[in-house]
Amino acid sequence: MMSTNQALGILFQIYQSLLVVLLAPLLTGWVNQCRAWLQNRTGPGVLQPYRTLRKLFHKDAVMAYNASPLFRTTPYILFGCMWLAAAIIPIIAVGLPFSPAADVIALVGVFALARVFIALAAMDIGTAFGTLGARREMLVSFLAEPALLMVFFTASLISHSTQLPRIVDALAHHQFILYPSLAFAGLAFVIVLLAENARIPVDNPSTHLELTMIHEAMILEYSARHLALVEWASSLKLFAYISIGIALFFPYGIAEAGDWRALPLAIIALLVKLILAGAALALLETLLAKMRIFRAPEFLGTAFLLAVLGLLIHFLLGA
Amino acid sequence: MDIAGVLPLDVAGLAVVLWMALGLLGLALQRRPHLITNVIFPLGAIVSLVLAAAGLWAIGEHASYAVLPLGLPGLPLHLGLDPLSAFFLILLGGASLGVSLFSAGYFKSMQGNTLGLLCLEYHLFLAGMALVLLADDAYMFMVAWETMALSSYFLVTTDHNVPDIRKAGFLYLLIAHVGAIAILLSFGVMQGGHGIGAYTFAAMRAAHLSVFWSSVVFLLALFGFGAKAGLLPLHVWLPEAHPAAPSPVSALMSGIMLKTAIYGILRVTFDLLGAQQWWWGMLALALGLITAIYGVMFAAVQADMKRLLAYSSIENIGLLLVGIGLAIIFHVYGKDALAALSLTATLYHSLNHAFFKSLLFVGTGSILHATGERNMGRMGGLIHHMPWVAGLMLVGVLSISGLPPFNGFVSEWLLLQAFLLSPGLPNNYINMLIPVAAAVIALAAALAAYVMVKFYGIIFLGQPRGEAREPAHDAGMFERIGLSWLALVCVVLGLAPVFVVHQLDLVTQLLVGRGLGNAAAGWLFLAPVDIDRASYSPVFFLLAVLGVMLVTALVVHYFYHGRTRRGPAWDCGFPAQTSRMQDTAEGFGQPIRRIFEPFFRIESELPSAFDTHPRYHGRSEDRLWFALYVPIKRISEKLSSWVSLLQHGRIHLYLTYTFVTLIVLLAFV
Repeated sequence: MMSTNQALGILFQIYQSLLVVLLAPLLTGWVNQCRAWLQNRTGPGVLQPYRTLRKLFHKDAVMAYNASPLFRTTPYILFGCMWLAAAIIPIIAVGLPFSPAADVIALVGVFALARVFIALAAMDIGTAFGTLGARREMLVSFLAEPALLMVFFTASLISHSTQLPRIVDALAHHQFILYPSLAFAGLAFVIVLLAENARIPVDNPSTHLELTMIHEAMILEYSARHLALVEWASSLKLFAYISIGIALFFPYGIAEAGDWRALPLAIIALLVKLILAGAALALLETLLAKMRIFRAPEFLGTAFLLAVLGLLIHFLLGA
Repeated sequence: MDIAGVLPLDVAGLAVVLWMALGLLGLALQRRPHLITNVIFPLGAIVSLVLAAAGLWAIGEHASYAVLPLGLPGLPLHLGLDPLSAFFLILLGGASLGVSLFSAGYFKSMQGNTLGLLCLEYHLFLAGMALVLLADDAYMFMVAWETMALSSYFLVTTDHNVPDIRKAGFLYLLIAHVGAIAILLSFGVMQGGHGIGAYTFAAMRAAHLSVFWSSVVFLLALFGFGAKAGLLPLHVWLPEAHPAAPSPVSALMSGIMLKTAIYGILRVTFDLLGAQQWWWGMLALALGLITAIYGVMFAAVQADMKRLLAYSSIENIGLLLVGIGLAIIFHVYGKDALAALSLTATLYHSLNHAFFKSLLFVGTGSILHATGERNMGRMGGLIHHMPWVAGLMLVGVLSISGLPPFNGFVSEWLLLQAFLLSPGLPNNYINMLIPVAAAVIALAAALAAYVMVKFYGIIFLGQPRGEAREPAHDAGMFERIGLSWLALVCVVLGLAPVFVVHQLDLVTQLLVGRGLGNAAAGWLFLAPVDIDRASYSPVFFLLAVLGVMLVTALVVHYFYHGRTRRGPAWDCGFPAQTSRMQDTAEGFGQPIRRIFEPFFRIESELPSAFDTHPRYHGRSEDRLWFALYVPIKRISEKLSSWVSLLQHGRIHLYLTYTFVTLIVLLAFV
């Protein structure tokens, strides 16, 4: 028999899953709105991503004559992976019943799975921009992915677990210590976040210059509901990455496992953190300039080295 | 448990004999090639199944031994079947089952007399590999090892009319024999003058060598087996021999034969020597890391699909050696639970690699038959013509890229867990170096995904790049069955890690004295240490992703119309699209070539701006070949030229040599 706690846990898991999938476009809208303000523009409002999604869902999908089934299925796979990733990161409460199924290494694996599929789909039509985007995406990720893994490893070594809830639990509910290794990891994580979510300085989400595109080049051939799913998945990915950042570096305020009365406070804390993180991201993007594609490996190499350095410092200092 | 006095060893021995008999039968039937492909190869596949069953049976049993009434007088051959051998027999049987079924379709177009010989060599090769695993003395081991090496040499040179293939075969033969000498020497040191009967593994296990001599044994064994496995810098034969061989043979060599070398290293290091020095582990770890990065880097710049896979095999061998090195280090410092975890990861990865690499290699065979091309730069869009091969190879590609919920991810996950548990070793240097090693592993894994996207994307996706040729045809029935079996096992190994890890416990028990014990919380969750520390459930994972996908698809189609139109590709409205605007294999690898430039020896010809028919030509070659092998070749040629001073081709001169030699010898006696 399931205990009440377990039943509540599953309910909570469903609740968080729905919350993230509905909230993710809002976060994207907020970041875009902040960017507009920082650039002295009025901006379309934070709800714009929802309007775009609604418009896209209503259109007829146009696909190239030689699109294979892989091309058609990829948006669903992408969306599924990103939703799963965003749903298993503990941001409101520590106890998430689904989390033992996938730990941080599996989380990195989910991102990799989605990336491989979108890169393959980009190559499916056989256009110049599609393969270009796929190649660049894989180039960016082959350095960003190990850096992300190393960030997770640093946190895992501190908390003696690769389970996200345990990591967050260990980091949030113990006495406040400034871990030097986590500082390095945090810096590396910011770089990975920028690169993996196609933000400036590696890529530009609102670019219209074909030659500099990475992510946008891959999804050029998608339209209507497929494009909507891809865009939504991108929002979910950004949400997931920001959640990871919050979970690893600012977990304070999260509810203990089974402590349901702390939930309202935790949700408010989360919203505040998300608003701040989105504004910070917009500020960062406004301050930085897009770099040449061949500077990107150096930039990401820095992230990788910083993450490894963080790991080494953990071994040196034991903290 | 023994059924009516029959031991698993008897069944395994029977399988070996059957393989040899099938090979001879194939030779006898060379006038009726359709019988060879339609009957002999499928029968060989059934024997594979028998062997795998014997292995599965034996892995939970006590070891069984037998002395054969064969061999030299007073030097009988010994066979043994313990859990370690049993595990590798399962690997051999399982993977060769798929490859043999595939071969039944693949070799259909071959000439009768070539086919007869090939059938003999093929089955002798399988029997040789099985005997390597079953051997329980150095003598039997070397005989089996040579059978395996020679039969595979003849298989590689099946198309011996092509000079390049003869050259590749020679290189393979040479390095295989340099390695074999090292292995022989390492057995010789272990036997170490303990008398004529001390050549059995049991005697070697009992012999206590000094630290110096056991280190010599380890180094010799690492060199010898490393030559077979493709360890740096002995890897040069792999990218030559694998493309030269027929695809099913490449599959056997890469998927299975390389694992016999891993078996050899495990057998000598853990079973015979008992892993005594921590620096052995560090050496294996360092060599493994270098091999892994080197292999994957070179894989990224290849244009020949089989060379790409060969380099990827080098990478995977590197990962396996990293696991072995880690296990040695943990074992030496008495952390046997962690040693068991690293060994489990290593063995699991061996099994995975056997299946997904065989799958990919036989898949390239189907592509080769369909297109007549090995250069990926002339392919493209094959997913439309070969949906079966494309679909099944996608499983292989996702598995080898280490993506959940496929099998490659499980072994990678286990290996990374072993790394994460490393703190607390008493040696500070090792404690510092291990996280760096973990970082390198992560980098290699991420690069592997790059390589595989390139491999699959260039071959199967996009538009056809080459000139118009007859449309490619999909694989035949036997080929499909073979491919499907290999893909199925990849999926099952990915979804049922708990079961596999339980079986592997029995092997690690033998090697380091303990298993992972309660490796799982329930049958769904893999948790090698304890559930709070780390856990992974591929079944839940798959269900979640599929469930979310299904819900999304239903919602999208229920609330919206879900209409689809077809049109020309958009590509930013650029009208003059041609298929040549896609990336070629070289183009896709270009960023890697640029980032890791110092490691490659790049020759390129760039066209001038005024060429009417511009041609770009680029080659990325292995620096090690020029830094190491070319000088060795030069020295040996120099030495032989001195020897040739003695050679004049006149008989009276040679008689004089003989006479002088005799006189000199007489002076000594």
